[in-house]
Amino acid sequence: MTRTTQWEVVIGLETHAQLQTKSKIFSGSSIAFGAEPNVQANAVDIALPGVLPVLNREAVVCAIKFGLAVGATIAPRSVFARKNYFYPDLPKGYQISQFEIPVVLGGGLHIRVGEAEKFVHLTRAHLEEDAGKSLHEDFHGRTGIDLNRAGTPLLEIVTEPEMRSSAEAVAYAKALHALVQWIGICDGNMQEGSFRCDANVSVRPMGQKEFGTRREIKNLNSFRFMQQAIDFEVQWQINEIEEGRSIQQATVLFDPDTGETRSMRSKEDAHDYRYFPDPDLLPLEITPGWIDEVKSGLPELPQAMKQRFETDYGLSSYDAATLTASREMAAYFEVVLALAGRENAKPAANWVMGDLAARLNKDGLEIAAAPLSAQQLAGIICRIADNTISNKIARDVFEALWTGDGKDADAVIEAKGWKQITDTGAIEALVDEVLAANQKSVEEYRAGKEKAFNALVGQAMKATRGKANPQQVTDLLKKKLGA
Amino acid sequence: MSDLINSSLRELSAALATKKVSAVELATLFLDRIEKFNPPLNAFITTDRERTLAQARTADERLNTGAGTQLTGIPLGHKDIFCTKGWRTSCGSQMLANFVSPYDANVVEKLAAAGMVTLGKLNMDEFAMGSSNETSYFGPVRNPWDVSCVPGGSSGGSAAAIAARLTPAATGTDTGGSIRQPAALCGLTGLKPTYGVVSRYGMIAFASSLDQGGPMAKSAEDCALLLNAMAGFDTRDSTSLERPTEDYGRDLEKPLAGLKIGLPKEFFGVGMDADVRAAVDAALAEYRKLGATTGEVQLPNSGLSVPAYYVIAPAEASSNLSRFDGVRYGYRAPEYNDLTEMYSRSRAQGFGAEVKRRILIGTYVLSHGYYDAYYLKAQKIRRLIAADFVEAFKQCDVIMGPTSPSVAFAFGAKSADPVQMYLSDIYTISTNLAGLPGMSLPCGFGNNNMPVGLQIIGNWFGEAKMLNVAHQYQKATDWHTRMPEGVK
Repeated sequence: MTRTTQWEVVIGLETHAQLQTKSKIFSGSSIAFGAEPNVQANAVDIALPGVLPVLNREAVVCAIKFGLAVGATIAPRSVFARKNYFYPDLPKGYQISQFEIPVVLGGGLHIRVGEAEKFVHLTRAHLEEDAGKSLHEDFHGRTGIDLNRAGTPLLEIVTEPEMRSSAEAVAYAKALHALVQWIGICDGNMQEGSFRCDANVSVRPMGQKEFGTRREIKNLNSFRFMQQAIDFEVQWQINEIEEGRSIQQATVLFDPDTGETRSMRSKEDAHDYRYFPDPDLLPLEITPGWIDEVKSGLPELPQAMKQRFETDYGLSSYDAATLTASREMAAYFEVVLALAGRENAKPAANWVMGDLAARLNKDGLEIAAAPLSAQQLAGIICRIADNTISNKIARDVFEALWTGDGKDADAVIEAKGWKQITDTGAIEALVDEVLAANQKSVEEYRAGKEKAFNALVGQAMKATRGKANPQQVTDLLKKKLGA
Repeated sequence: MSDLINSSLRELSAALATKKVSAVELATLFLDRIEKFNPPLNAFITTDRERTLAQARTADERLNTGAGTQLTGIPLGHKDIFCTKGWRTSCGSQMLANFVSPYDANVVEKLAAAGMVTLGKLNMDEFAMGSSNETSYFGPVRNPWDVSCVPGGSSGGSAAAIAARLTPAATGTDTGGSIRQPAALCGLTGLKPTYGVVSRYGMIAFASSLDQGGPMAKSAEDCALLLNAMAGFDTRDSTSLERPTEDYGRDLEKPLAGLKIGLPKEFFGVGMDADVRAAVDAALAEYRKLGATTGEVQLPNSGLSVPAYYVIAPAEASSNLSRFDGVRYGYRAPEYNDLTEMYSRSRAQGFGAEVKRRILIGTYVLSHGYYDAYYLKAQKIRRLIAADFVEAFKQCDVIMGPTSPSVAFAFGAKSADPVQMYLSDIYTISTNLAGLPGMSLPCGFGNNNMPVGLQIIGNWFGEAKMLNVAHQYQKATDWHTRMPEGVK
């Protein structure tokens, strides 16, 4: 069949960020990952008869930080509600969450896909507790329950349905992932489930106002899976509609092995959660004073830092955005710049975003674990700036420092004898030698072959193993050839 | 020794302090009485002589070293809704018939810290849902004044045990009248504090926004002593109130001259039995003799309290009781084929009919599409009811009326008709909805020589005032000293 309709993709994301508190949101148990099953579950977590929840202030501070970081409204009074459903890893038979009045309202994040920038609006963010885990293996047909995770504080962050491609969704998820780590409220560990996303996906004919029927892809725990799952889902929905079927509201799971999404439950099976305000907890009241206190402890936020990089250092929007993609990278860059000087902002940015990023990527390292310190990189940049070494030699110095061969740029240059030859007399002698030994190239050049000139420069550089100052070599050659 | 069973807590305290009796002797006295009189009454459902005597020995040591409090060595029983470490805590249900609590409720902890000795756990309506103690999985409690009658509920075991002098004191809980109504029906004094005064930690939740623990004893003076030990801020209960420590007995001896008693006209209309009315009127006459004045006040929305309560309480209960799912503790059906069957059978078998009725009502009123019409509306009514009391207390110091519309009724008289049963609490429920403190104290006898209770409703945090008002009456009358014949 012929495809005549242009389809628009509509995506909204719900993200569960596990908050970096010491203890659970409503009990004093530790939330550290990886303990033996049920050792981090106390009377409150296993919901013994008679126990009561007590809100952890630290979790509220995390929510305030987030609200401030995304420019949202922080509700002066929000309410915890019970979401009722039965599941063996939900000990109370209800999850304490926020329903009608969440703690964070509105706000948003700047994202970038290629050269395009976009602001994704948030609907809300609310505090809630995590459930435990059901373990279906190793119990001979029975199910094991681990309640270590039960009661772990989560911030559920919900966007407006504003993303129009899987690339935008991933860009948003990455920006959010960086932000929650930046402000120190979530460790961002996706393998351990500290940061997981659900994507609400629908399609509609381009230009149509009404949204199509959405399906929710649950528990996307990597950016790659998110991209794959959304792309598959979008194609599936378009095919369904184009083949005359309609989309039914459903919750689906992504199977990384097949790359497909499959329905988990339809709307008909949806729970009636019977939300109502939790009578065991008072409404959460946040005073302006508390917000100010939290604000004063916040680090400079990525968006503000990006602006500063553009204004103060003259970096492009793209460079500034890339350098502020993570707090660690931005901090690294700022140390480099402090030592190398603002006049070297552009080369410093290039080194961090280029050679350093590539080398980290090659070794599978995070910037915090880079074997080359910001001080060492600044040393390299300074030696390029003062003509001690060329860019080419600088890469060798970089590699030497990366592998631990020398303590700083100066030591490596000294030990290897990589100091650039800038002595005019020495270079002149060298140029004479090269001209004498390469008469053929000289003739070709004089006959109008521009390429021959480059060959002569190459010969001169080769003879000094790259140490001659290329600019001086070029100038002298031109002079001698009477150009 | 026999006078000890009728002694006040202060008298017991003095006897212990002067070594007229030891804590072990006192505990033994009551344990022996439990052995003798409990079987027909069924008030205690768990006792453990060794455990009790061990506690008594510890109390004696404390008394010997002079480290005791006024309550050290005095025995009491705990309503089986309070988690007690090492004791079965059943909440009157098959669901928890095998549950031994690994921790103590705050109230249990505090009374133990004061040195009180636990005689055992007291029967109750299943999950505190009932007004006659007929819904207990462990069978009904019988009223010591007439064993063919109910003791009231849900703290029926606590009331019957004190009335029969099986214990000098007991803990109770009151969600819609569960301390005051059985106190009235068994001829005792019981107090439900202002919501938030006593910690709910470890008190198995029925309706969280209404539940409040409180003391039950023979007199107001005893209740004041007990409340002093039970009350106080608890960081483990977010609804517990952080207030300065009070001596609830500080005003006991204040004369009542000039006291203004408000009589809600809504509490004196149709529905109250004539015998109850006569006893309450006589009590009010006594108060006027003591120098108080009485005047009518209005609680125009009190007629809505029963319907509002039977939306809010079941709604909260339906959620609170979800944890009883057979997964981690408590009853699990012996046979099931899958998870859904495990849940449905465990809960169908583990809960009794009244509990299931309230879970269904609560589930219904919270359902999508019904929430606004029921739960939200009921919460609005609740605020109106509280506002009525604010107005009424502008005209009076305390409010008085009957605790229950009738004296104790016969088994089965109301159990077939839930609405009739629910109306037993018609005078007590509005207090819980407003979070106010309330008391019941004996004020005479009605039909078949059964006790009648007078209700006092205090202003928020007006416990000391209520206790003063009750104590002055008890100094002038002797209804609270009467003891049923069958247990002498």
